[in-house]
Amino acid sequence: MVKTPEQAASAREQAPPGTVLLRATGIEKSFGPVRALQGVQLELRAGEVTALMGENGAGKSTLLKILTGDLQPDAGTLALAGTEVTFTDPRQSRLAGLRVIAQEPEVLLHVSVAENIYVGALGRQGLFFNRAALFARAEADLRQYGFEKVIRPETLGSELSPAQRQIVEIMRALVDSPSVICFDEPTSSLGDEEVVILFRLIRRLRDEGIAIGYVSHRMHEIFELSDNITVLRDGKFVGTKTTAETNHVELVRMMVGRDLSQFFHRDPVVPGETVLELRGVSNAHVSDIHLEVKAGEVVGVSGLVGAGRSELMKTIVGDLRIDSGQLLMGGVTANFRTPADAIAAGIGFAPEERKAEALLLQRSVRDNVALARLRNLSRWIFVRSSDEKALAAEYIARLGIRTPSSDQLVGNLSGGNQQKVVLARWLATHPRLLVLDEPTRGVDVGAKAEIYAIIDELAQAGVAVLVVSSELPEVIGLSDRIYVMAGGRITGELARDHVTEEQILALAMDEAAADSDLSTSHS
Amino acid sequence: MPTTQSTATLQSQPPLDSGLRPGVFRRVLGIVGVQNISLLMAIALVVAVIGSQNPLFFTVGNLRVIGTAIAISGLLAVVQTIVIIMGALDISVGSIAGLTSVSSAMIFTATGPFIGVVGAIGIGMLCGLLNGCIIVFGRVNPVIATLATLAAYKGVAQLISDGRAQGYTGADGFFVFLARGTLLGVPTLIWVLVIIAVLAHVLLRYTSVGRNIYAVGGNDIASRLAGININRYIIGVYVATGAIAAIAGVLITARTGSGQPVSGSEGLELEAITAAALGGAALKGGKGTIAGTILAVILLGILTNGMTLLGVNSFWQNVAKGALLIVAVVIQQLRSGERRIGLPG
Repeated sequence: MVKTPEQAASAREQAPPGTVLLRATGIEKSFGPVRALQGVQLELRAGEVTALMGENGAGKSTLLKILTGDLQPDAGTLALAGTEVTFTDPRQSRLAGLRVIAQEPEVLLHVSVAENIYVGALGRQGLFFNRAALFARAEADLRQYGFEKVIRPETLGSELSPAQRQIVEIMRALVDSPSVICFDEPTSSLGDEEVVILFRLIRRLRDEGIAIGYVSHRMHEIFELSDNITVLRDGKFVGTKTTAETNHVELVRMMVGRDLSQFFHRDPVVPGETVLELRGVSNAHVSDIHLEVKAGEVVGVSGLVGAGRSELMKTIVGDLRIDSGQLLMGGVTANFRTPADAIAAGIGFAPEERKAEALLLQRSVRDNVALARLRNLSRWIFVRSSDEKALAAEYIARLGIRTPSSDQLVGNLSGGNQQKVVLARWLATHPRLLVLDEPTRGVDVGAKAEIYAIIDELAQAGVAVLVVSSELPEVIGLSDRIYVMAGGRITGELARDHVTEEQILALAMDEAAADSDLSTSHS
Repeated sequence: MPTTQSTATLQSQPPLDSGLRPGVFRRVLGIVGVQNISLLMAIALVVAVIGSQNPLFFTVGNLRVIGTAIAISGLLAVVQTIVIIMGALDISVGSIAGLTSVSSAMIFTATGPFIGVVGAIGIGMLCGLLNGCIIVFGRVNPVIATLATLAAYKGVAQLISDGRAQGYTGADGFFVFLARGTLLGVPTLIWVLVIIAVLAHVLLRYTSVGRNIYAVGGNDIASRLAGININRYIIGVYVATGAIAAIAGVLITARTGSGQPVSGSEGLELEAITAAALGGAALKGGKGTIAGTILAVILLGILTNGMTLLGVNSFWQNVAKGALLIVAVVIQQLRSGERRIGLPG
């Protein structure tokens, strides 16, 4: 079933332009209760560039992982040049002639570009590999694809720029002469000139009859490069358009068009005093951030992945240092050196990566809820077990955490209940400001609605809430005001009443456009 | 009366019966832990096999021999468990024990037993503090850092003693009491282990400090974001480890009657890690109990003693211990259901 590279290469040479080289149909994939992909289809044709678009979390990355065999679909079929295939690991898809260029390629830091390109397939003479021959081969291959001025075979992996890393990854792919190549947001870390080189290469590969998949958020790139556009939304296939016959407005509507508004119930609150204020805060990750959150207000932060949203949140909670500018809590300049300082000042923080950054999966619900308040629950160093149990029971009831008992290991709960455990931990500290980074990621619809209700209730009680969300309906439905970020800056501030998803996307997607809007936004 | 009641319940609600007994069984399992049950079963098996071959095994005298033999490595295993739960490792404990053994005897000779013991513990804590500081401020991996100090502390012990046993504590009442005395019929050595083990158990189970140690080992990012001062915990645990290793060093001096720079302590760090791993402590941190470690120490002690009684030569004993550790950890890993790709997590 799995083809050898030679077979794949010959299939490619024979395929006339327009032949479907990769066809995915009816792809389904669930992670626990979350349905990441439902009935998704995709066709990549020889000699054409097909763009894959969708919001964060629409399922693009999951689909790519299924194509490479990194993940196995629950249902659906993959066909390569008309033959049905099953990949159980990425090596098989590679041998069959399908390559995905990772967004941030893994490069071996301490060896040369040449060795990086042919890693796993270094030529040998007897027992030893011939370094000179390898370098010559690399030189020739780089020249063939027009990279000889951009990258040298002997450069060390650690000295490569993001664009050069991308080139190494592309060269690795070309060694196997693949028939299908997918690019996962290749330009997100490239400069303008590097983008030009990359596009030239992609067009050349296309003209050689390779089927190209191209994932990107950037509208103008997609219109410049692609022949077809496939749109995913919430893990479902929305449609495929011919690029020449569609436009910006239609695509944005396809990407966001849905109505979740019945979920959101925000009782209007008259905002109280300013709880948090940032005045021109900058560090290695964000620059010149002006922002404020008042008591009783829910403030959303929107933007694409990599816009610096999570980094801004970590700066606010004292986990990243502020280089310049001021952070004021309750009108007083605060200098948080550690998260402990921010907690003492009344800030609670639920990070984006719930499992990696918030939960102790091997410990009980009770331990997890009590973690940030353990000192208050203890006499000297001895934890008052009865107080701790009472605290856990209180929040299990209040947030509706579905667990057999407070002794249950958190690792055994569903995503939604795990998120509620994180919320419980911070509510137990009675924060003045609650910072929530993607509070509903990986959470099923029912639990989402419950988390929205909790956020609303907190705001009613006078807590200031700062919410990062990649889901536009969510951020619009929840927030009283929305800040949009791109490239580590705030590119606009929008009030709840007159905000549309298109407006947010425009501010978030095109940094250049966002810069010109800066004059009309909050300063 | 209770019998009739339960019969009545059974009759009125027959479906409960099937759910009830596994429930009780599960609760016992939950309290003792699967890990500890398997260790208890292994101990029972070893005892049965050895006891049936050699009745001498069951004498009070032999139980004492086992108890005193495991006391010193048991101390180090207990404290190693805490380090491992925190997600780190301390390979230098054996060298610290050797260094403090020599220095306790030398200080004793110059001053007296009390200052000898206190001085040794102080030196142990300094060694631990240095370990902690190298790891935290030098950003050195704990294994590498303590591998380096394992060599360095051993060297210091040899330097100050010129590589020879130091002092003579065999005539001192306090050291003799430590080595051969009893309280309520139980050897002092075993008391020391019991007291330290109970303290460690209470610390881990019932205090905020212990909870935070589990938290740091289980997820250091979450711990930091929850306001735990991770550096303080790492340094604190290494200092405590140094102190306990120093107590082990004093016991070595007491048992042998003089300060031993190397011979009494070499290889103890590996025995300690073996016991902790066998007892269910996960090297990636966040998981482990003192009870499990103590059971593992007892199992290893009985195994050594039994094999000696049965005349198994000591080379084969080492092979048997190694095999036991591998079997135990493989079973543990298979139960966790991890995918068999690459290096285990």
